[in-house]
Formats: sequence, structure tokens, C-alpha cells
Amino acid sequence: MSAETATAGSVTTSTVDADNHGEDHGHASHATSTGLSNTKLAMWVFLGSECLLFGGLISTYLLYSTRGNGRTLPADVFDIPFTSVSSFVLLMSSLTMVLALSAVNRGEAEAGRAWLLATALLGAVFLGGQVYEFTAFVREGVGFTTSPASSAFFTLTGFHGVHVAIGIVMLMSLFIRSVNGNLNQRNSETVEIVGLYWHFVDIVWIFIFTVIYLIPVN
Amino acid sequence: MAIVEKQPLELGTADTVSYAEKPLGVFTRPQGGRGWRDWLSTVDHKRIGILYGVSAMFFFLVGGVQALLIRLQLAVPDGSVLSADVYNQVYTMHGVTMVFLFIMPLAAAFANYFIPLQIGARDVAFPRLNALSFWVWLSGAIFLNTSWIVAGGGADCGWFCYAPNSGVAFSPSHGVDFYAIGLQILGLASLVSAVNLIVTCLNMRAPGMTLMRMPIFTWMLLITQFLLLFALPVITVALFLLMFDRVFDAQFFNVDAGADPLLWQHLFWIFGHPEVYIIVLPAFGVVSEVIPTFSRKPLFGYEFMVFSGIAIGFMGWGVWAHHMFVSGMGPISVAAFSLSTMFIAVPTGVKVLNWLATMWGGKIRFTVAMKFAVATVAMFTIGGLSGVTHSVAPANTQQTDTYYIVAHFHYVIFGGGVLGLFAGLYFWWPKIWGHFLSERVGNWHFWLTLVGFNLTFGPMHILGLQGMSRRIDSYARGYGFEFWNLTATIGSFLIAAATALFLWNVFKSRRDAPYLPPPGPDPWDARSLEWSVPSPVPVHNFDTVPQIRSRDDWWHTKYGEDSTGKVVQVATAQEAAQTGEATGVHLPSPSFWPLSVALGLPLIGYGLIFNLWFALIGALVTIGSLYSWALEPVDDPDAAHDDHDDHDDHDDGSNDRAVDNSDSNEATP
Repeated sequence: MSAETATAGSVTTSTVDADNHGEDHGHASHATSTGLSNTKLAMWVFLGSECLLFGGLISTYLLYSTRGNGRTLPADVFDIPFTSVSSFVLLMSSLTMVLALSAVNRGEAEAGRAWLLATALLGAVFLGGQVYEFTAFVREGVGFTTSPASSAFFTLTGFHGVHVAIGIVMLMSLFIRSVNGNLNQRNSETVEIVGLYWHFVDIVWIFIFTVIYLIPVN
Repeated sequence: MAIVEKQPLELGTADTVSYAEKPLGVFTRPQGGRGWRDWLSTVDHKRIGILYGVSAMFFFLVGGVQALLIRLQLAVPDGSVLSADVYNQVYTMHGVTMVFLFIMPLAAAFANYFIPLQIGARDVAFPRLNALSFWVWLSGAIFLNTSWIVAGGGADCGWFCYAPNSGVAFSPSHGVDFYAIGLQILGLASLVSAVNLIVTCLNMRAPGMTLMRMPIFTWMLLITQFLLLFALPVITVALFLLMFDRVFDAQFFNVDAGADPLLWQHLFWIFGHPEVYIIVLPAFGVVSEVIPTFSRKPLFGYEFMVFSGIAIGFMGWGVWAHHMFVSGMGPISVAAFSLSTMFIAVPTGVKVLNWLATMWGGKIRFTVAMKFAVATVAMFTIGGLSGVTHSVAPANTQQTDTYYIVAHFHYVIFGGGVLGLFAGLYFWWPKIWGHFLSERVGNWHFWLTLVGFNLTFGPMHILGLQGMSRRIDSYARGYGFEFWNLTATIGSFLIAAATALFLWNVFKSRRDAPYLPPPGPDPWDARSLEWSVPSPVPVHNFDTVPQIRSRDDWWHTKYGEDSTGKVVQVATAQEAAQTGEATGVHLPSPSFWPLSVALGLPLIGYGLIFNLWFALIGALVTIGSLYSWALEPVDDPDAAHDDHDDHDDHDDGSNDRAVDNSDSNEATP
């Protein structure tokens, strides 16, 4: 950003946005040192931290994947075709998330709402699949307290599930905002930021699905 | 997180204005004032810094009393002050309190107060999240300490709480539950704060303040925040595993079921070693500000100081297993971590030499702040050197879990961290409060602290090499431990006396302040931006946002060169400083919601331990508060909007002074 643009940006701020420059330093029209808005940078930074959270949980599972306490291992009861389908559903939700952002950016509120809702629904289907999977595993004798392996499995996938659930709450909050007419091209960055989170949760699932489900334990 | 901080409603249309006048929730948006309520709802980074500092000093006293109990118990052989069980709890809570409730929040106090001032910002990036960090931290601190009352005692597993000792079988009281959940709450606070301060440092710099022009203190804090950002999730994982084991009967650390207790050690120390740098880097930053100021020289090798700080930050991630040399992890791991540990001494050595070179040939003024800073360098060097002796794995095998280790980390953490932060207190006190701490009492405080510190922890090197185990609750006569233990106990009471003097100094200097000349904006003839505004700092920080033309910009505002190249004063601080008289600067409105969000978290903690209904109530409080926060109107609709002249000044000013703005963007990542 050149000096001219930076100055122009702040001048715009003080005229158009005169009532609003106190608290919301993250507003897109403010010139920041990096050019990224504060909220978007904060989300990136936060996601960096999340990498270590899932890194720790995935490492824990890898260490414990074969420690079954003499009972059935999680890896013995994995239903790969079923989980493949629910993984596909989750990955498709990233596509609908992109479409939602694109619609809001173009000012198409209706389409934006539809895609937001679709994203939340796909996430919910994935969560439903996870609940089904958990109950099926418990029926087959792999419970949370069965073995180090099972504790690690449920903790890892459970943490991921909670992240998906929080994502759904954020998506539905955006949906309600849109219904109330408070989501438009001017503040579409919020959708982008929720999208960053959502894509991150998807990417983590790609890791989990590959490392935990697809690579066989000996 | 995005939707809670981003305001959902733009003001402006008729609809939303009426909405703003009738905010959702039980609180109307507070407007700021002078009473105690204003402290509960403040989002001013300076007030939050003060809240952090005061609370941290309180917990310093709590942890100090625990330390004195430990020393009383060990003063003579067969000590009987505490039972073995209570002794375990006291040393555990001493460690946890000093690390998580004293040094980290005291560093956070400085970070909150001075990062925005040093980079020329009016506040941090997310003022309400900043308040949230403090209240969550305080709720976690109180939660942790209520274990003495409601759980029948504190955690008793040592501050690193190794498995399987931390399991229900070996630690049946609820103390460890409070440890696991309390540290999670504290970690959440630090994580939010880390995100906030990183964004502040990267995004809120004044025009011309490139990364390589940032004051070194801000640099060290930025590195610290990155360490927190990446270290906290790892201990969060470990604490969740521990909590699931204890509360929900998971099998993570149940050796009978085939679990590996080393998992805890790895996770803990992957956090725990960066934590050492989290503690000490802020103090390094303080020292790097104090020494140049009182040597009247620029910091020697600024770039080296920055990059050695970054190097410490990186390498800090590759040395954690040197805490585990005796855990049987194999010769290759031991050799690798042994080498990496020796290497990390290099960037630290760079810092020590640069401080010495800064003082070399300088016109040194030995104020109390300078004395503390120099003592930090000296004491930290001793601690660093004994650290290098630990990196030699065979020697480490002898030293592990002896008082030699206790001596080492107190030289690093007290000698490096605490002395450095005391330097900061004396240095910045006039900026924060508008009056000096008494130099005379401060001198006594300094010398008593230094002598007491060395008397306490110096002999522990000898005790450790003689074979005295860490954490034993008593020792028998005849091992040769008596003399040095008694010396250490005497030393610890000297530190206590010194701390009492410090508190007296705080009280006395405040009492005497009206009769003494005010310090003015820049009493030390210092170098960074916070000294260009009045003391105490006005609520809006800067009348006009400063334009930064060079490193140590404030110094170059005061001093220039004459035709012969000699440094001459071109303006006094009083002339060059801002007056702080701007009116109508629009500041973020206070909010009660951060406090309200934080109130729910201990309830969730109690609920997990005692009765899940509490957790439900706590979750409702927290989630409800988060939503009320998100829906809170951003600006108080009744606040003054009539006078924007001062605020707009800085936009116009940027044209007048023709600063090369492209410069400020070039160095950003």
C-alpha cells in the first residue's frame, strides 16, 4: 500500500465512518500496518495456535493407537466407507462456504443465506455421522474408558467435533445476522473470517482421516 | 471469536440507532467514570495493565509466604513446621503461584501498559478482549487458590505434576483437579492476550514504525506472545488428558492399562521449556530499555538483540527433553537435546555481551532501576552458566532432582525474571503514576534483595551437589546440610524484608508525591515513545499519532548533531513532549461483558469437579455473556461526537510531515 492510499484510507475513515472509528480498529477501511484487518489477522494467529492443539492430540493418538489394554482397538472397528462418506460431506461444506462468501461479496443476500445454511447443514450431517460412529463403537466394546487407544481416539475426534459444532454456531449466527439485514458487502469480511475457521477445521479433518483412519495400525 | 469481537451492527440507520439506545442484556453499556465500577468495566489498556500488576504483586506475597513456609520447614534438620503432605502442597502451589500468578501476569502488566505506548497506538487491537484476558486470568487465579478451602488442600504433585503421581490413586484429593482446570483457565487468558498483543504489534504501529524500529522491549514481548501462542495449546492438551483421566476415568496415564507416563512429560516440557523464555524474555526487554537509557548510549547491536531474541524463541522449542535426561528415553535423544541445549546458550550469550557493550564507555547513572538491570544481567549469567552444566547429560544425571536444579532455575527466574521486572517497576513507575519511587528506600530494597537472593539460592548449589534431594520435606542431622539450609532460610527472610521495603516505598512515595516536583514526561532522558507523553499517561495516550522517522525516534526528537558531528540537545523533553490536552478523542466504550464471561469459567470448573449442574450454570453465564458481548452496541450513542478536531489532526499531520509510509509496510511480514 503506497503512502497515498494509506492517507486516502484514513481520510475516508474520518468522513464516511465518523461515528465508528473508536473501537472497531478492525474495520476494513482502516489502514493497518500490515494491510490485513485486525480481526482477520487475529483469526490467522489463533489458527496457528490451533495447529499445536491438534498436533498434540494427534501425537497422543499415534502414541497410543495400538495400546488396547487387551480389548478391541478403535482401529479394529473403523468403518472406512461410512467415514469416507461423512468426510466427503465435510469437505463439500468448504465448497459451500466459499460460495457463501462469494454471494455475500456480490451483494446477493438470499444466495448468501442459502449457502451459509447449506454449510451449516453439511457440518451438522458430519456431526450426526460422528455421533452415530461413536455410539456404534461403544456398542462394539470400544468406549471412552476402555483403553489408552480408545481414550485418545475419542478425545481427538471429540475435540474436532466440538470445533465443527462451534463453527456451526458461528455460521448460524451469520445466518441470523443476514436475516436481520446486517450482513452485506461492507462487512462481508466476517463471513471470510468464519470461513477461515471453517476451512481450517476441514483441513484438520483431512489430517485426522488420513493419519488415524486410512493408515493401518499393525 | 471473530463474531464476538466484530460488531454485528453498524450504527447509522434509524433502526440500529434505536437498537443501540436499548442494548440487549441486563447492563447498559457503561460510559466510564472514576468509581470502582469503572475498573470492572474498563477496556483501557493502561488500567488493565495496572490491574494485572496489582494482582500479580498480591500473588507475589501469597507465593512468598509459601516460600517462607518451605524455608522454615527446612531451616533445621527434622523440621516439623509442616506435615509432609502439607509440605507437598505448599511447594507445588509456590511454584504454580510464582510462575502463573506472579511473573507471567506482571510481564502481562508491562506488555499491556507499554506495547501500545511504544508503538504509538491509542489502545490494543481488541480492547474488550484485553479486559477479557485479565478477568479470565483473575478468575482462574482465584479458582486455583480456592482449592485450599473447598478441596481440602492445593495440588501436591509439584508444579510439573508428573504422571502417574498426578492420578487419583496417588493424589486422591481434589487439589490436582484444581490444578488441571485452573491452569486451563489461566491458559485461555494468556492465549487471548497473546492473539491480541500479536495483532497489536503487527497491525497498530504508528506511521513509520517499521518492525526494525520497534523498541526492543516491544520486540521481546512480541516474541513472548508467539511463544505463548504456540506453547499454551500443548499444555492445554496435557491438562485435558489429565482432567479426563481424573474426572471421566480416561486411560491416558493409567500404566496398568498400557499408558505411557512419558507422554505427560513430553507434553508438559514442550510447553514448559518455552515457558522459561516466556518468563525471562520480557525481563530481557526491560533490561534492554533500562541499560541504554542510563548509559546514555543507544542499545549496542539492536539487530543482533532482535534476532538473538528470535533465535531463543525458535531454539526454545528444541530443548525440552533436557528436563528428561533420566527418564530413559535413549542415548540418541539425550545426545541431540544435550547439543541443542548447549547451542541455545549462544544467542543468550549474545544478549549478555551486547548489554555489556552498551554500558561500555557509557555515561552510566546508577539509579535503582539501573542497579536492578545490571544485577539481572549478572545473576542471569550465573543461572545460565549452571544451565549449561545441566546440558552435559552425565552431569545432569547426578544433578537431576537435587537442590542444584532448584538453585539454577531460581537464578534464572528470580535473578533473570524478577529482578528484571523490578528494574521495570522503578524505571516506569513515574510514567505510570506520575511520581517517582523513592531512590533511597529503593536502594535498600535493591541491596537487601540482591544479598537475600544470593544467600537463599547460592547455597542451594552446594546442597544439591552434596546430594540433597529436591522436594524432601525434611532431612536428618549429620549429612552436612544444616549450615547451608539455615543460611538459605535467613536469606529468604531478607528477601521478605526487602519486599516489605518495596511495599513501604510504594506507600511512602505516594504519600510524599504532592511535596516533590513532578517527574515530567521524560524524567530519565529516555529513548522510546512512551516518554513523549505526559506522566501519568492521559487516557487517550497520544494527542496526535506520532510519525516515526528512525529507531529511538523520541531521542532524536530531543537531540541532533551540530556541524562538527557533536550530539547537541535541540529540544528539551518538556518542549518536545505532547501536552495530553486533546479533547474529544474517541475512545472505546467500557464493557461489563468481559467480566461476566470470566465469571462463568470457575463455575464450569467447580461443576466438573463437584456437580455438573454448576457447570451448566457456568456455561450459560459464559455463553450468554459472549452473545450479549457480540450484540453490544460498539459505541455509546450518548458519547460526545461533537469535537473531532483533535482526532482528525493525525490524518492531516501525516501529510504535513511527509513521512515515507512505504517504509512502514516494507518490513511487515
